[in-house]
Amino acid sequence: MTEQTADLLKGNEALALAAIRYGCDGYFGYPITPQSEVLETLMAEAPWETTGMVVMQAESEPAAINMVYGGAACGRRVMTSSSGPGISLKQEGISYLAGAELPALIVNVMRGGPGLGTIQPSQADYFQAVKGGGHGDYRLIVLAPAGVQDMADFVSLAFDLAFAYRVPAMILADGAIGQMMEKVTLPPWRRRLTDAEIAERYPWAAVGKPASRSRNVLTSLELDQAVMERKSLALQERYARIEAAETRSEAYLTDDAEMLLVAFGSAARIYRKTVDLARQRGVRLGLLRPVTLWPFPTQAIARLVGQVTSVLVVELNAGQMVEDVRLAAGGRVPVEHYGRLGGVVFSPDEILEAALSQWNKTNRK
Amino acid sequence: MKRTSTDTIRREGRVVHRRTPLLTDAHMHYCPGCNHATVHRLVAEVLDEMGLQADAIGIGSVGCSVFIYNYIDIDWIQASHGRAPAVATAVKRLNPSRLVFTYQGDGDLAAIGTAETIHACNRGENIAIIYVNNSIYGMTGGQMAPTTPLGMRTSTTPQGRDARLHGYPLDICRLLRRLSGVGFMARRRVDTPRHIRTAKQAIREAFECSLAGRGTAVVEIMAECLTNKF
Repeated sequence: MTEQTADLLKGNEALALAAIRYGCDGYFGYPITPQSEVLETLMAEAPWETTGMVVMQAESEPAAINMVYGGAACGRRVMTSSSGPGISLKQEGISYLAGAELPALIVNVMRGGPGLGTIQPSQADYFQAVKGGGHGDYRLIVLAPAGVQDMADFVSLAFDLAFAYRVPAMILADGAIGQMMEKVTLPPWRRRLTDAEIAERYPWAAVGKPASRSRNVLTSLELDQAVMERKSLALQERYARIEAAETRSEAYLTDDAEMLLVAFGSAARIYRKTVDLARQRGVRLGLLRPVTLWPFPTQAIARLVGQVTSVLVVELNAGQMVEDVRLAAGGRVPVEHYGRLGGVVFSPDEILEAALSQWNKTNRK
Repeated sequence: MKRTSTDTIRREGRVVHRRTPLLTDAHMHYCPGCNHATVHRLVAEVLDEMGLQADAIGIGSVGCSVFIYNYIDIDWIQASHGRAPAVATAVKRLNPSRLVFTYQGDGDLAAIGTAETIHACNRGENIAIIYVNNSIYGMTGGQMAPTTPLGMRTSTTPQGRDARLHGYPLDICRLLRRLSGVGFMARRRVDTPRHIRTAKQAIREAFECSLAGRGTAVVEIMAECLTNKF
């Protein structure tokens, strides 16, 4: 268990190693491309022999998410990972986690869809992650990593936020980030919480009822509509607190920008280069990268909209986050979308062309 | 509800009935004649007699027994429909010293949860499964279950279950008992005092099996749904 300073790792591997170092109690997965290295790395590391972390290959995605539900209900730090088709199968369990107010980490390494789709990278699950893929009025805290370092760092961020608010969190990556190798500094080791610490920190957890307290029940069921409305409103109030305190975004050369690019995840990483290229051509482009997709950085975008003449939203999908950017812009400037689908990833030059063409269109008026 | 003098009944100085300490004061929502009330009491008595209140984590399911957490005074996790064995798997692996058991009906265990049931048993998870089989979907109003006998009339087989239309009744325990991970299996009923006593003994042995780490323990209780009888 020596400290590693830097290593060359795939995003999926970095995520798995970071989970062990964080003191994660359990991982429950099912193979699906392009994220199977998470389960494979954990099995190869055999953390049950060192930290005591449980790693299981479940019989299906519904079983895996319900194992997560069980582990979370006992106050443990548990997680699962999958890709689009598997995440769809987990939606019922995710809704139950939200309804029972259970903290957990779900990782989606996105691929192109719908259906079986393709195994190539995509950002087509934005709606599913951010707008609630399962049933009921609920939210997930959604973090969008833009590189391998983020895959390592977001494990602790996601767990910490999930436990602070008792809301499930999702890391919404994509096949490019899961598969590409980069230099990464793994997070420091933290030890797993003991049974006594869990019982003390999480008094709601089902760990066995001592005589000193009444029984703990983790459920999302309530038949009395008045009580159910009160519970639902309390959840919404918690979501409002998360929106106020936990919205994160990253700005690149936005201070003097006259046109704004908005992109998340791997797209945001690629288009930094576009910003540099555009500035060489005399167009002051800036980039805003939402780090939390929910809560969405509405205010950060609204502030920038006041200084630019147009906004271009670049996504590896048919236009999903663009809807939230348009809401933030409030009709003050044109907000266009540029996307590629089906696993095709565009180059910085291709986006430069799209940005310049929009720039010329906007400024010809 | 206040406890009444019926908590303890003595006859000729001897205690012949004692209120089960682990049953709560909540009014049970079950229909008159429902076997769930009996089986709940047996589970609570065994937990009490084995001194397991502080060490037990129960996994409820979806069906008539969904509110079991209102009646037995231990920590509970309410699982989604059919997934209780998967929930229990993680709870037990993360809390190896605890008694972890599910309480499921036949629609939950033998239809929508078939995969989770078979795989938990096949892995030999050290959990106990209390399987109450009344051969019908009770909570939703008496629809056919995989366990419904041929010829039986239900709200979705008003002419009687016909194998050509609906297939044959699924005796899932006959499948499960072939699996190497199953450490204990019993089929009991709760229709007479003598049968109730043997059912209680089976629940105790199931809990002992999972605590000893001898694999998955399954107790099937043959029950009746009087409300939904056609």
